[in-house]
Amino acid sequence: MPDWLIIRTFWDLTVTGLALGSIYALVALGYTLVYGVLRLINFAHSEIFMVGTFGSLLASSQFLNIPLLEDGNYPYRAGMTLIFFLVVILIIAMVFSGISAVLLERVAYRPLRGNGDSIGAVALAFLTAFIVSLIFIDDTQVNVIISLVLTAPIAYSYLRIFKRGRKAPRLAFLISAIGASTAIAEAVGVWGTHGRDQYQTARILEKKTVFNLFGTDVRIDYVIVIVGALLMMTALTLFVNKTRLGRGVRAVAQDAETSRILGVNVDMIIIVTFALGGVMAGGAAMLFTLVYDQTRFNIGFILGVKSFTAAVLGGIGNLKGALLGGLVLGLVENYGSAIFGGQWKDVIAFTVLLVVLMFRPTGLLGESLGKARV
Amino acid sequence: MSTIGNAFAPVRDAFDSIGDAFHRMNQWQKYSFYAIVIIALYLAPFWTDIPVIGPIVDTPGTQFSTVLNDQVIIFVLVALGLNVVVGLAGLLDLGYVGFYAVGAYVTAILTSAHGNLPWLLSLPIAVVVSMLFGVILGAPTLRLRGDYLAIVTLGFGEIIRLTAKNMDWLGASRGISNIKKPPSIFGLKFGVIDPKPYYYLGLTLVLIVVFVLHRIEYSRVGRAWVAIREDEDAAELMGVHTFKFKLWAFTIGAAVGGLAGVHYAGKVGFINPDNFPLQLSILFLAAVVLGGSGNMYGAILGGVLVAYVPERLRNFADKRVFVFGVVLVLMMVFRPEGILPKRVGDEHKKRQRSSQNEEVAQ
Repeated sequence: MPDWLIIRTFWDLTVTGLALGSIYALVALGYTLVYGVLRLINFAHSEIFMVGTFGSLLASSQFLNIPLLEDGNYPYRAGMTLIFFLVVILIIAMVFSGISAVLLERVAYRPLRGNGDSIGAVALAFLTAFIVSLIFIDDTQVNVIISLVLTAPIAYSYLRIFKRGRKAPRLAFLISAIGASTAIAEAVGVWGTHGRDQYQTARILEKKTVFNLFGTDVRIDYVIVIVGALLMMTALTLFVNKTRLGRGVRAVAQDAETSRILGVNVDMIIIVTFALGGVMAGGAAMLFTLVYDQTRFNIGFILGVKSFTAAVLGGIGNLKGALLGGLVLGLVENYGSAIFGGQWKDVIAFTVLLVVLMFRPTGLLGESLGKARV
Repeated sequence: MSTIGNAFAPVRDAFDSIGDAFHRMNQWQKYSFYAIVIIALYLAPFWTDIPVIGPIVDTPGTQFSTVLNDQVIIFVLVALGLNVVVGLAGLLDLGYVGFYAVGAYVTAILTSAHGNLPWLLSLPIAVVVSMLFGVILGAPTLRLRGDYLAIVTLGFGEIIRLTAKNMDWLGASRGISNIKKPPSIFGLKFGVIDPKPYYYLGLTLVLIVVFVLHRIEYSRVGRAWVAIREDEDAAELMGVHTFKFKLWAFTIGAAVGGLAGVHYAGKVGFINPDNFPLQLSILFLAAVVLGGSGNMYGAILGGVLVAYVPERLRNFADKRVFVFGVVLVLMMVFRPEGILPKRVGDEHKKRQRSSQNEEVAQ
């Protein structure tokens, strides 16, 4: 056998590829769920993931008070303490992502569907006042105070406008999503404590080798990522297939109007969908920080595009497709960068998307829009 | 009607009456109006010397004519091109910065890195290469549904940037320097210090592009684009070859984007991949959507606003991407059609309003 990098490191690449692919798959679930229900690329889902990584950062540094380094060493924990810490970080990341996903829907999408409510109006009013005040003063605290004062009257008039119930064209949703995505990422980049620089997260898990696979050492964090992602995905599939709310999600994905007539609370189901996607993204974010120990304001963007690629690759609207697409993309990317060099990683991912869409526009497992297949 | 809607009503009526007055003018009055506007635009670098208006328009920190050329002209050119793709044909292109980069890189390669051509000769070549890239990207992807197209074009923009960053032949992350300047004509010297000649050149390019696009917009091609935007299936049924015209929209948009890149490369003389980040695509899109996608003058207005406002209000400088992100959301929620909406809708609305008035009168 020739001594190619890809052959020498094949199993190593496979393990890391599967771990990365599981993270893609978890984020892809959010895209697929929302696309299935609203026919909308939730472009800002990548920022939901980003918020999740900051959630796990805050959970470990503020809530659990874990320092970056303890006596010059990583603050490793072991046994039940470790498990407890990991679960707490996971839950907090999920809460961060879930709440921001639901808020995003209220602020950036719901008013466009023609039934904006007071939460959206207040948030939009605050943002309007904030931007207008930026023209005159550049002192964040003063800006916030001024905007808070002005929020109520502006929100009132926004609500009046919402009452007209004007529905926006389809393209408007996507542009609104792009705007929201940019705004969230930039807000963290401008007002975060480290600005646009990298944030380190505490490394509480000692990354030991657990077993040997065909001569490759498999590290514990990769095992946790792959197993954790599979567990979360199983839970989601069970939720969608077995519970009452899950049935609602499937019904709205099939035909929103008919399910409204049959008594499904469509707005409620849409909130549930966004929350589910957000929770999955939060889980992905926690696993991501576990492996990479870092985050940044724009970390979501590339990962989001690739996760969407994964969703399209597997067949959008199809939960199994998201898993398959994520894993395939993770592997292809890793093998590809072994062949062409690591700097071409992103180019490979985008090229795969282009090629797949060219030859199989509905993805590997087929789209699952409006069908009872999940 | 809401309070806000009523508050804007006088503004809207004022715009309408200006429009009506313009439409009532005869041919010669119109031409002389255009002439005055164009002369005023060519004199724009000297606006800062006018007593009262000067201090208002002047930009703190940067020379006004530098802002005019490096920001406003580039954004207006790009917005004009993107408006063809997004506004007229209704194809959401999130990787427009890719064509801009192609234009700039072709000029850089031909005049500095791998060739010794004059700038003027590299211009048509760069535009043609950009068009080719438009076809290469468009041909396989234009059959996709609208939102898939958005993601694919976004990937394309990144591919272009990463390729430029990773290939030594393209200067890698160091970039390419010593790009040739435009040739000196009419006593205009394209040097390093004085940005005015570049502004005159850029404005001339803008006027040419406006003229050409105006002709295309009101030709068979333009009507086909609008038909595709309004309802692709219906257009196809009525015999419009939708794929062909979508590809044309992509190609023409790419050409204008490439042209903007050529102008940019000629001015700065040095480019590297970091000049073409993806955020720029978002700002370009913000310009078109903000001004009014589908209306050329709206796109121009949007380009001017997105480029000029952050320079005038320096508070915005590091927050401008955030601000435009929020503005995009607000625009989509309250006025999806932009500041200057497209003409078709406008006339339709006017007709509706006048028919309502008639009903009231009866």
